[in-house]
Amino acid sequence: MATESFSLAPAEEISEEARAELELVSRARSGDATAFGALIRPYEARIFRLAMSITQNREDAEDVLQEAFLKAFEHLEQFQGNSKFYTWIVRIAVNQALMKLRKRKSDRSVSLDEQIDTGEDTVIREIAAWDPDPEQRFSQEEMHSILTEAIDELAPIYRTVFTLRDVDGLSTEETADALELSVPAVKSRLLRARLQLRDKLTRFFKRKGDNAFAYM
Amino acid sequence: MLTCKEFLSELSDFLDEATDREIKAKLESHIAECPNCFVICDTTKKTISVYKGMKACAIPEDVHERLMAAVERKIAATQKA
Repeated sequence: MATESFSLAPAEEISEEARAELELVSRARSGDATAFGALIRPYEARIFRLAMSITQNREDAEDVLQEAFLKAFEHLEQFQGNSKFYTWIVRIAVNQALMKLRKRKSDRSVSLDEQIDTGEDTVIREIAAWDPDPEQRFSQEEMHSILTEAIDELAPIYRTVFTLRDVDGLSTEETADALELSVPAVKSRLLRARLQLRDKLTRFFKRKGDNAFAYM
Repeated sequence: MLTCKEFLSELSDFLDEATDREIKAKLESHIAECPNCFVICDTTKKTISVYKGMKACAIPEDVHERLMAAVERKIAATQKA
């Protein structure tokens, strides 16, 4: 089966992992379903989590996953290889998830680009030192449920930026690229998301005996 | 000295080690003197750290299988055309 080659950065700048991925992209473009399966396998759970973070509905998130990967398959020739495959897939998945939300809410204005910067969401409500190792106090399941509950309470624009940047580990620039936002917009949302989560987690993780007090 | 508000606005960059040397020195000197901002900085750092290790739940196997079946159908349709 013939494979296409990509005109990318000089060969020495591409990691082994990226090279293997581009090889899978080439094979998938030529109609190799197994290669496409191997290409998307490492990203399915992360894309599902991202879709859940936007739609907050399991059924919708499963649809988004299906639609996003199918769309990616149909448009593989548009993947130029100058960004990470994951960043490219995220962009498609975010668009699919927003379309799903718009359909569900019959609201054409649903967007991750809303301006809701009132400053109020950076207000610190509680300051208390935490246990040095908060994970010790809870079982893994309890910990997972505390973290999920806290992140679910964030507005979608904060949840999505935080998930990509701090949970998935994308850089600020990659997050901006994937969400088609400016770098300053990502930074400002990330700060708010981090502060809001810190606030929410303080009620679980604060050091016993410490009195929290109002601030600002 | 920076105000607490100014400190907070730089907190993310500070934790990401994305501030220049001059700002970094100002931020460090602020937390050395402001116990509230020290706690906020420390607990925000821990917030990021507890989420960093959070694993995504595996998707149900049938979701992957349905997707691959749809891909196969798409390939078959393309080859027929």
